[in-house]
Amino acid sequence: MKDTPLSNCERDFLIKAIEEKKRLDGRQTYDYRKIKITFGTDYGCCFVDLGQTRVVAQVSCELVAPKESRPSEGIMFFNIELSPMASPAFEQGRQSELSVKLNRQLERCLRNSKCIDTESLCVVSGEKVWQVRVDVHTLNNDGNLMDAASIAAIAALSHFRRPDVGIQGEEVTVFSPEERDPIPLSIYHMPISISFAFFQQGTFLLVDPCEREERVMDGLLMIAMNKHREICSIQSSGGIMLLKEQVMRCSKIASVKVSEITELINKALFNDRTARKAGRKCGFAESLPQERITALKTDQSEVEMTDVSERASDIIQKAEAPPPMAASPVLPAPGVGQVGHGLQNTWGLEEDEEQEEESSGEEEEIKMEEEQREKDKTTEAVVEISDSEEEEVVILYPETTKKPKNAGSSSDQKGAAASKKRQKK
Amino acid sequence: MAGLELLSDQGYRLDGRKAAELRKVQARMGVFAQADGSAYLEQGNTKALAVVYGPHEMRGSRSRALHDRAVINCQYSMATFSTAERKRRPHGDRKSTEMSLHLKQTFEAAVMTQLFPRSQIDIYVKILQSDGGNYSVCVNAATLAVINAGIPMRDYVCACTVGFVDETPLADLCYAEESGGVSSLALALLPRGGQIALLQMDARLHQDHLESLIEAAMTACKGVSKVLDEVVRQHLQEASVLTRE
Repeated sequence: MKDTPLSNCERDFLIKAIEEKKRLDGRQTYDYRKIKITFGTDYGCCFVDLGQTRVVAQVSCELVAPKESRPSEGIMFFNIELSPMASPAFEQGRQSELSVKLNRQLERCLRNSKCIDTESLCVVSGEKVWQVRVDVHTLNNDGNLMDAASIAAIAALSHFRRPDVGIQGEEVTVFSPEERDPIPLSIYHMPISISFAFFQQGTFLLVDPCEREERVMDGLLMIAMNKHREICSIQSSGGIMLLKEQVMRCSKIASVKVSEITELINKALFNDRTARKAGRKCGFAESLPQERITALKTDQSEVEMTDVSERASDIIQKAEAPPPMAASPVLPAPGVGQVGHGLQNTWGLEEDEEQEEESSGEEEEIKMEEEQREKDKTTEAVVEISDSEEEEVVILYPETTKKPKNAGSSSDQKGAAASKKRQKK
Repeated sequence: MAGLELLSDQGYRLDGRKAAELRKVQARMGVFAQADGSAYLEQGNTKALAVVYGPHEMRGSRSRALHDRAVINCQYSMATFSTAERKRRPHGDRKSTEMSLHLKQTFEAAVMTQLFPRSQIDIYVKILQSDGGNYSVCVNAATLAVINAGIPMRDYVCACTVGFVDETPLADLCYAEESGGVSSLALALLPRGGQIALLQMDARLHQDHLESLIEAAMTACKGVSKVLDEVVRQHLQEASVLTRE
């Protein structure tokens, strides 16, 4: 299924917002969404939430024969799976452009930067090496899959423990975790990919674009870096023209973001380690928030309120004075419902009058009938006039002028009651 | 670094070039009669053929057509005999799909696609011999082919790979240098405006060196653009001499 296209209105709105340096979720230009890193009960399983974007990475390993060209090096394999679960635009079983792009970027980010010591994965040179496989599955796509995938992959690799092996002569024994403690991979550095979205031919720049922003962007620049400020890969995509200065600026922003995220990953790893040591509960079941009835609840987004009152008063001052409103003398015909204009409550009064009515008897009733007849006359006349109400031409009959002006807006009965009262006086 | 000295103390590289020197570029335009545009380009030992068809109406699924501009369709392939080890699949693996994507992206930025709404431009590139800098050679060859097809472009697109060894940027890497563990950067440039149509980098490089590397790549691209310009002018001259009679 193809993704539903974005309407022109929404597109214009998004671009306008970006031009005014505002984002839909209230972030600043260079802000990341909230990153949450959790680990599963197994080693090498990592769950990353980047706002609403959600990916899971699982690392596994097996003993295989090495490549002929590199007999003493372990093999790294990366795969990003875009499952249809994440977005209706993803199709099952077909290598889309996006999937090729993401896969290659992750490979470049983690394999070509040599962040993992592949030589330590060699068991018997030329015969047996560990093949480490990283599978990243997308669970929900709300934009910026690449950053989420790279964080998940490197966090899962750092969390992973491979089984220990023993070599006796020709024989290779793989020890289960109960026999010998599994061994962590040796990781030299943590490359993390940071995405920059460009809008309006590169005039505007945003960090961590969400799904909506990704749909209106002109191009994307992905910079993978580690905390030592070493660039591990750069990739531009989408048909944009970049200038050198923009690339330099992006690389500076990336270095700041990477150090923040690296710290976050280390903290998450540390928390997981302490939880495991203490024998506390860990894993997804624990980390997932209890979302039963509130599963669709959205977080309150912050709205900028700093200069709202000023702007409001500004608008009021600049606005023209409203035309003086003559209260319409229109009395609705009996039986026609009308929405009240918020007058003072007359319920109490009516009750009093009802009591009076009861006491005063028949006389009143006759008067009321007369009243009613009079009023019918007036209403008829006014109904004719009401067409010309816009031009504010109002012809008043002497009888109606005596009535309080706002009576017209109250209900029929109330008007009758009020006039009754006057007559009594 | 595998015992190979990529840059000697005297400042010479493996093949005797200076650090900022390009390989010899030779090119011909209009090598095929059937295609709308074609070109053959050699850059050192890397040889590429590029063919352009279009702009023509959409083939295949019509739903891919864009109402406001042309779709660019690229296919990158490597001849099975192009590398030292015979290739099994000339195209379709992850790396060549990615390369096709990059080519497409580069030319989407450079070709004035908005002039041909609802149509398609096909660019097919084949590497006949591979000796490093495949991407850049493909881009350069394809640029000539697009010009040969008479499709308007904003500017020449010139591409070049640059490596970084011993604090020195090396222009236009050959295969030995590329595989020697150098951090390499491929850059496609529109030389007149200094706009970068594609930027791609592998391997580690400290942030402080990035600027000098991009600078070197841009200079190299400008060098390539001069050569390409000459080729185009010469081709035009030849063509006009032939058509005058």
